[in-house]
Amino acid sequence: MDLFIINVIDGLIYGLLLFMLSSGLTLIFSMMGVLNLSHAAFYMLGAYLAYQISVITGFWVGLIVAPILVTILGAAVERYGLRRVHQYGHVPELIFTFGLFFVIEELVQYIWGRSMVNYDSPESLNFIAFSLAGGTIPAYKVFMLLVSVGIFVALYYVLARTRVGMIIQAALSYPKTVESLGHNVPLVFMGVFGVGTGLAGLAGVIAGPSLTTFPGMAFLLGSIVFVCVVVGGLGSLSGAFIASLLIGWLQTFAASYNIGAADILIAMGYEFPKDVYYHPWRDLWTLTLPQIGPILPYILLILVLVFKPNGLFGKRET
Amino acid sequence: MNDNAMQKSALSPAMPWILAAAILIVLPFIFTGGGSITIMNQIGITIVLAMSYNMLLGQGGMLSFGHAVYMGIGGFVAVHVMNLVENEYMWLPLPLLPLVGGLVGLGFATIIGSFSTRKAGTVFAMISLGIGELIAACCIIITVFFGGEEGISGDRTMAPPTFGIEFITQKEVYFLIAFWVLLSTFCMYLFTQTPVGKMANAVRDNPERAEFVGYSQRWVRYVSFCAAGFFAGVAGALFAINYEILTEQNLNLNMSFQVLLATYIGGVGFFLGPIFGAILFTLLQTVIGLQTDLWALYTGLVFILMVMFLPAGLTGLFAMHMIPIQLGRVGMLIKPYSKIFFPGLAFVIGIIALIELINHVRHHGEEQFMTLFWVEFDTTSFVPWGLFALMTIVGFYISRIFAKEVAEAWGEATFVEGERS
Repeated sequence: MDLFIINVIDGLIYGLLLFMLSSGLTLIFSMMGVLNLSHAAFYMLGAYLAYQISVITGFWVGLIVAPILVTILGAAVERYGLRRVHQYGHVPELIFTFGLFFVIEELVQYIWGRSMVNYDSPESLNFIAFSLAGGTIPAYKVFMLLVSVGIFVALYYVLARTRVGMIIQAALSYPKTVESLGHNVPLVFMGVFGVGTGLAGLAGVIAGPSLTTFPGMAFLLGSIVFVCVVVGGLGSLSGAFIASLLIGWLQTFAASYNIGAADILIAMGYEFPKDVYYHPWRDLWTLTLPQIGPILPYILLILVLVFKPNGLFGKRET
Repeated sequence: MNDNAMQKSALSPAMPWILAAAILIVLPFIFTGGGSITIMNQIGITIVLAMSYNMLLGQGGMLSFGHAVYMGIGGFVAVHVMNLVENEYMWLPLPLLPLVGGLVGLGFATIIGSFSTRKAGTVFAMISLGIGELIAACCIIITVFFGGEEGISGDRTMAPPTFGIEFITQKEVYFLIAFWVLLSTFCMYLFTQTPVGKMANAVRDNPERAEFVGYSQRWVRYVSFCAAGFFAGVAGALFAINYEILTEQNLNLNMSFQVLLATYIGGVGFFLGPIFGAILFTLLQTVIGLQTDLWALYTGLVFILMVMFLPAGLTGLFAMHMIPIQLGRVGMLIKPYSKIFFPGLAFVIGIIALIELINHVRHHGEEQFMTLFWVEFDTTSFVPWGLFALMTIVGFYISRIFAKEVAEAWGEATFVEGERS
C-alpha cells in the first residue's frame, strides 16, 4: 500500500511534468495547426541553459532566466523559421520542426559535450520531505510538484480570465474568425509559440536535476509527449492533461511492479523450460513489466489512433 | 521510313535505362579503390531506400517518420534467411535474397498500412512515429529475432554460388546491388505510370476531388504504402548482404530521419530527386564524416536551410533553371551568380572554420595546432580567429548585397510577357 502511494505521487509528478510540455504543444497545435516536433528539444535546451547559469549564479537565477531565454529562442524560431515555411503547407512545417529537433540536439552536444552534465538540485532543497514506510519523497520532488501545479493554475487563469486568453481560446475553435476580427494573428502565433516552448524550457529546468541532464533527454521524453497530446486528442488541453497523468502513472507503475510473464504463464499451467536461455520462446519467458514499460505509451498511441483517430477528447479533425 | 520512326519511338523510352545500366557497369572500373566501391554500395542501398520513401512523401503526400522500420525488418529477416541457408535448412541463391526482404517489407506494410493509411497528414505521421518507436524498443526486448544490442549477423559467402560467384569481394556485391538498384528503380518508375501511381498524385494534391472521381483515397494510399514497404524491404536485404549485420541502429528514428533527409535534399516530387539526394547525402556522410565529427550538425543545418529556402530540393533547383534556359536568357544569370559565388564561399568557409575552431579548443584543447582545409595553424594565436571572423562577416554582408541583384536578375530572366497581371 505504501509503495502504491509513493508510486501515485511519483506518477503525478511525472505526469505534471509531461503536462508542462504537452500543454505548450497543444496550445501551439491549436493555434497554428503545427505539431511542433522539436518541442522536447526546447525542454532539453531549458535544462542545459539552466545548468550553465546555475554554474555561475546558482539554481534560483537559472530557474527564472533559462525559461525566458528559451521563450525568446522559441519566438525567434517561429518568426524567422516557421513563418517562412508556413507558406509551403503543413507537411514542410512538420519536416522543419523534425529537422530542428536534430539540429538542436547536435548543437547541445556541440556546446556541452556528449556526456551528461552535473546539474544538481539546490542545497536548500536537499532534504527528505517526508517518508512513508520504506520509501522517501525528497523535498525537490515536492518542489517540482508545486511548480507544476503553480504553472497549471497560472495557465488556467490566463486562458480563462484574461483578454489574451480569450483570444487564444477563440482561436482554438475559430482561428479564421479571430483573424478576421482584426487581431494581430502573426504576433499571437509568435507569442504562443514562444510561451509554449518556454513552458517546455521550464519543464527542462526543473526536470534536469532529477531526471539527469544529458543529450538523450529530449529523445527520451519527446516521443512520450507526442503520445500524450495525440492520445488526449490534438488541440484539447483537458485531454492533454488527463493523458499526461495517465501516461505518468502508467509508466511509473509499470517500472516498479516486477511482474514477469513467467508468473502468468506458470499460473496458466505452462511449465517453466529448463534451459530458458536456449528456448525459442525465451524472450516471452523472461519478459517483465518494467521491460515493456517504455513501450506501453506507444501501444496506447497506436490503439487510440486506430480506434479513435481524434484522440480521447479531441473534437478537431486532424 | 515509317518503320524507322516506330523503331525510334520504341527505343527512346528505353534509352535512359540503357544509359543508366551502362554507367552502373562502368563505374567500378573507373573508381577501382576498395573504399570507393564501399561508398558506391552504400549509395546504391540509400538510393533504393530514398526512392521508396519518395513513393510515400513525394508521390503520395504521406510524411512517414518510421520508414527505416520496413527496411530494418526486411534486413533482419534477410540475415536470418542467410543463416538458415548457411546451416542448410533452406536453399536460396544470394541474388534472390532482396526479393525475400521485399516480401517481408510488403507483408509488414500490409499489416501496418491497413490502419495507418486511413488518414494522411498528422495522423499518419504520428502513427508512423509510434510504430517506429515501438519496433525500435522491441529490438532490445525480443532478442530471438533482433539480437538485442549487438544485433544479428550472418555470412553471405555461405550461400550456394550463383554461376560460380560466391560474393566474397566488394566488387561482386557491387554488381548485385547495382542490378537491384536498376531493377527497383525501373519497377518504381513503372509504378508511377500505373493508374494507381497516377491517382497517388491526385490524392496527394486533392483527396476530396479524387474521391469524387470515384477513387477511395484510403485504398490508393494503402497500395502506395505497401509498394513503398516492399522496396524498403529490398533495400534492407541489400544492406544485410553488404554489411552482413543488422542492429537496432538500422531501424530507429535517427535512421528514419536520415532517409527523410536524403530524399528531401534531392527533391521530393521529382522521380530522380531521391537518386541525387542519396548520392549527395552518402558522399556527405562518408567523405565529410571522415574529416570532422560534426558532420551531423552540418547536414542538419543544410537540411533546415533547405526546408526554409529551397523546398523543392536540388532537383527542384535544376528544374527551376529550365525556364531561363528555355527562354534563352540563362546568360543574364551568369554575371550575378559569379558575383555572389566568392563572397558566399568566403562566408561558408569562415563560419565552418569558426565552428571547427571552437570545437577544437573545447574538446581537443591540449593540442595547440589543428589542420583545417589542408592548412595547419596555431589555435592559440589571434590570426586564424580574426581572419575567419572577418571572412564570415564580410562574406555575409557582401552576399546580402549581391543577393538582391541575383533576385532581380532572376525575375528578369524568368519574366514572361503577359503572365504578370
